[in-house]
Amino acid sequence: MASSAPPPKLYTDDVSLIVIILDTNPFFWGTLSNTSASNFSFSKFLNHMIPFVNSLLLLNQLNHVVLIAAGVTSCGYIYDSATAVASDGGQKVPAVCSEILSRLEEFVAKDQKLGNGDLRTVGGVMSSLFSGALSLALCYIQRVFRSGMQHPQPRILCLQGSPDGPEQYVAVMNAIFSAQRSMVPIDSCVVGMQHSAFLQQASYITGGVYLKPQQLDGLFEYFTAVFATDLQSRSFLQLPRPVGVDFRASCFCHKKTIDMGYVCSVCLSIFCKPHKKCSTCGSDFSHSQNEQLDRKRKLSEV
Amino acid sequence: MAAKNGDEKRIRRDGAGGDEDEEEEEENEEVMMEAWERAYADERSWESLQEDESGLLRPLDTASILHAHYRRRLLRRASAPASSRIQKGLIRYLYLVIDLSRAASETDYRPSRMAVVLKGAETFIREFFDQNPLSHIGLVIIKDGVAQRLTDLGGTPDSQIKALMAKRECSGDASLQNALELVCDYLGQVPSYGHREVLILYSSLNTCDPRDIMETIEKCKKDKIRCSVVGLSAEIYICKYICEETGGSYTVALDESHFKELLLEHAPPPAAIAEYAAANLIKMGFPQRGADGVIAICSCHKEAKVGGGYTCPRCKARVCELPTECRLCGLTLVSSPHLARSYHHLFPVTPFNEVTSMPLNKTLRKTPQACFGCQQSLGNQGSNSVLYVSCGKCNQLFCLDCDIYIHESLHNCPGCESQRESRSYDAKA
Repeated sequence: MASSAPPPKLYTDDVSLIVIILDTNPFFWGTLSNTSASNFSFSKFLNHMIPFVNSLLLLNQLNHVVLIAAGVTSCGYIYDSATAVASDGGQKVPAVCSEILSRLEEFVAKDQKLGNGDLRTVGGVMSSLFSGALSLALCYIQRVFRSGMQHPQPRILCLQGSPDGPEQYVAVMNAIFSAQRSMVPIDSCVVGMQHSAFLQQASYITGGVYLKPQQLDGLFEYFTAVFATDLQSRSFLQLPRPVGVDFRASCFCHKKTIDMGYVCSVCLSIFCKPHKKCSTCGSDFSHSQNEQLDRKRKLSEV
Repeated sequence: MAAKNGDEKRIRRDGAGGDEDEEEEEENEEVMMEAWERAYADERSWESLQEDESGLLRPLDTASILHAHYRRRLLRRASAPASSRIQKGLIRYLYLVIDLSRAASETDYRPSRMAVVLKGAETFIREFFDQNPLSHIGLVIIKDGVAQRLTDLGGTPDSQIKALMAKRECSGDASLQNALELVCDYLGQVPSYGHREVLILYSSLNTCDPRDIMETIEKCKKDKIRCSVVGLSAEIYICKYICEETGGSYTVALDESHFKELLLEHAPPPAAIAEYAAANLIKMGFPQRGADGVIAICSCHKEAKVGGGYTCPRCKARVCELPTECRLCGLTLVSSPHLARSYHHLFPVTPFNEVTSMPLNKTLRKTPQACFGCQQSLGNQGSNSVLYVSCGKCNQLFCLDCDIYIHESLHNCPGCESQRESRSYDAKA
C-alpha cells in the first residue's frame, strides 16, 4: 500500500490521524431515543458525526480518519480514509457518507447476529466492547508509527454512550497505559446519561479532553469546537478542563467504591475489609501481625 | 529449550542463536563480535541489504530481529510455569548498586563503561517504575573500596536520576562485600511483604574486601535478599556464586546494546519465591485528586500550592504525588491506576501460535487476509519463515509487528477483547 502512493507526503505538525471509536450499542441507542426529551436517536447522532468526519478530512488534505465500531459482541473497522482514497481516486463527501453508512449497517447486522440469543437475558443496558475497540485503535496507530519517520499525529476519540463494563477494567487500563506510553491522547465524548469513569481516567492519564455535552442537539458544534483541533493548536485553546477524576478503587469482593482498603501484597487485589485468604491468588494472610511490627519499627525510626 | 535454566541467560542466548541454524552466517558473527569490532562491522552496511521481488533494497535483518524478539519472549514465557495463578513479586524494594571504581573508566564500551552504565541505569529506573509502580528503588555506588548510599529507597524516578547524574566520576577499587553489607543493613528495615532485591552493575574484575565475603553472602541469603549482577567485563566466579546462592541472575554483557538488554530484563517483576516475602494485606488509601484552583499546603514540601495534589483519606493531609506514604499517618497512598498498571503481569496474554504460509492459503488469496489488529494485509512479505501469528483463543490472525506490540506493550488480545464469549477476566474480576 505504501508503494501505491509514490509522492512523499509532507507531514507538518498539524496533520492528524484521528481514530474515532463509535458506540453502536443498540440497547443504549434504543433506550436513549425512547427516554430522552430530545428524542435523540442513532440516525440523528450520525447526522452529527458524519459531517464531523468530513470536516476533519477537509481541515487538512493529509488528515487521516479511521472509524472503529464498538458493538455489544464484536468490534470492527468501519471506515479508513486512506484506503477510501486509494479505491475511488478522490474523496467526495457523498462517497464518504455512503461508505460509512453501508459499512455501519453491515456491522450492526453482523453484531446483532453474533449476539442472538443469550444477550436478551441480561437486563438493563449492556456495555459495549470498548476494550477491544481501543486495542484495535492502538494497533492501527502502531502501524502508522511504523510506516516511516514522518507520520500524522495520532489521537483517539471515543464516542461512548453505554455504561462502562466492569469486566473490561483490566483490559481498558492496559490500553490506556499503552496509549500513554506511545503518547497518544484519548479524547472522550460521553453521549450517555452518566459519566464514564473509564474514559475520565483515560483522558486524564493520556492528556486528552473529556467532555459530556449538556445538549445533544448541538453535538456537531461540540465536536468541531473541542475535538477537531490538532494537538499543536490545542495549547492555544481554552478546552474543557477536568472537574475532578475519580481515582478511588472498587473492591474486588463487593465492587464497592472505597477510599481506604486492603491490598494483597502478592496480586494487588483490593478488598474492603481484611480477609484470611486472598480470593484472587490464594495467598494466606495468617502472618498478618508482621505488618503491625513492621509499621512500629518504621515509625520508631522516623 | 525448556530444559535450559532461567538463570543462565548467557548460555540461553547462545543457545537461541544456535537454534536459528537457518539464519545467515554474518548474523552469528555479529552476535559473537567484540565491542571494538563492531565499528568495522557497522561500515559493512552493504552486506545487510537484500533485494526484494520488486527490485527495492531492503535491510536484511529486520525480519531476524523480529524473530529474535519473538523467540526470546517465547522462551521467557516458556520458562515460567504456565499457570494463571503465578505469583510475582510486585512490591519490590531494590537497591541499584553501581560500580564506579577505576575499572569503570575503561573505554572498551563507548564512550566509557561509566557513561554506558549511567545511561543504562537511567533507562532502567524509568522502566522499573513504569512496570512496578508500587516499588521502591535506592542507589548505592562503590568506589575507592567503600560503598556509599547515594539515595534512600524512594518511589519517584526523577529524584533518583538527578542524584545519579551528579556523580560522574570513578576512582579506586570496588568492594562487593562493603556494598552488600550496606544494602543488607538498609533492606532489613523493609516491610516483610516487600521483595528485597539488589542489582549490581559491576565493571571490575576483582573485589577488594575487608573480611570474608562468604559470611556476607550467607547474611544476604538469611535476610532473603535476591542479588543479581550484570557484568561488563568478564564472568567472575564470586558474582556467579552470589547470584546462585541468593536466587538472582548473573549475566555478562557483550556490548552496549546487549548490556541495555540485560539490564532491562530486570525491570519486569520476577516470579515470587514464596518464602522470600510473606503474603500480607496492606492497608492503602485511595486519595481523591483535588479540584483545580484550590489552595492547600502540601505536607511533602511544606509549601502552599494552587490546585492539584491529593488528600489522604485518613488524616486529610495534602500530598503532591502518588504513590507515596502519608507524612502524618503513614498510610500508603496509591491511586487505582497504579494498581491496575501491575495487573498485566498477573494476567498475561498467552503467546500466539506461529502460522507458516501453507499452500492452502494460496487458494484463499481471493479473500484478502488482513491483520486483525492493524488491518495490514498479510502475506507476500518475501520472507521464507513465519508470516503471521494467530491467537489460540479467538483464532484471529495478527502480523508480527502487532504480535510484538500486543505482548510487550498492550497486554490485551484485540481479538479476544472483541468477543463477548471468551472473556478471560470474567472469572477474576
